[in-house]
Amino acid sequence: MKYALTIFLILVSVWLLGSGVYTTQMITLGLLSCLAVTLLCVRLKVVDSEAQPVQLGLRPLAYLPWLFREIALANWDLARRLLSPTMAIRPQLIRVRASQKSDVAQVLYANSITLTPGTVTLELEEGELLVHALTDEAADQLRGGEMDRRVRAVEGSA
Amino acid sequence: MGELWHLPLDLVSWVLLLGGCFFCVVGGLGLIRLPDFYSRMHAAGMTDTLGAGLLLVALAFQATHWMEIVKLFFILGFLVFTSPTAAHALARAAFTHGLKPKLAEPPPDVALAAEQTDTIAETVSCEGGVSSAS
Repeated sequence: MKYALTIFLILVSVWLLGSGVYTTQMITLGLLSCLAVTLLCVRLKVVDSEAQPVQLGLRPLAYLPWLFREIALANWDLARRLLSPTMAIRPQLIRVRASQKSDVAQVLYANSITLTPGTVTLELEEGELLVHALTDEAADQLRGGEMDRRVRAVEGSA
Repeated sequence: MGELWHLPLDLVSWVLLLGGCFFCVVGGLGLIRLPDFYSRMHAAGMTDTLGAGLLLVALAFQATHWMEIVKLFFILGFLVFTSPTAAHALARAAFTHGLKPKLAEPPPDVALAAEQTDTIAETVSCEGGVSSAS
C-alpha cells in the first residue's frame, strides 16, 4: 500500500511537471490517469520495494554527485587514451565483490560500473560481479572498492 | 533586464555544447579504433554519459521556459537509468553466447579460462597497445 501511494505520487509529480496546463479539467484528467496507471501497476504486481525503492530515501541523491564526478574523470581519461597514437589499453576481465545486501543496491552498483566508461559489468551472480575493464587503472580503481562502499552507504547498511 | 543574461548563458551553453560534441566525436573514434566488441562498448558509454549529458545541460541553458529544463532533465534521468541497462544486456548477451573478449591478461579464474580457451592466443594482438599512459 505504501508503495502504491508512492508510485501514485511519483506519477502525479511527473505529470504536473510535464503538463504545464493547470486548469481544473486538465488536472482532474491527469489525476484520473495517474490513478488508472497505479491500479494497473498494482494488478501487474510491479509495485514493491524494488520498483519504487523509497526505503532508500534521499540517500541516492547524495551518491549521484560523486558518481557524476567519477564518470566525468573516467570519460576524460578514456578520451585521452583514445586520442593518443599508442592507445594505452589493457582489456581484462576482473571479479569484484558486490557487498550490498539488497538486489536494488547491487543493481545500482552494477549500473554505476557500466555507466563509468572503462568498465562494463558482464555478469552479476551471488554478490560477485564479472567486469570487463579497459585499463589497469580502471580495474585497480574498482578493486579499491570505493564505489562499492558508497553504494553500500546508499543502502544504509554502512 | 532579461537581455543582460543572454551573453553569459550563451557562453556557458556553447562551452558545454562543444564539450558534448567533443566526447561524442571521440566516442565515435573509439568505436573505430578499439579492438573488439567489449572494448567498443566503453566508447559507446562515453557518448552515452558525458556526450549526451553535456549536450542536454547545454540545451537547458538555452531554455526559454522552466518546463523545457524539466523535460531535458527527464531525458537525462531516463538516459542514466536505461543506457547502462542496455549496455549490460548487450554485453551479457554477447558473453553468454560465447563471444570471446580480446584480453591483455588471462581471465581471473580457471572456469573462465577454460571457457575462453583462445584468449591466450588473442593476447598478443592486444599487446601492441601496451605502454604507460602519457
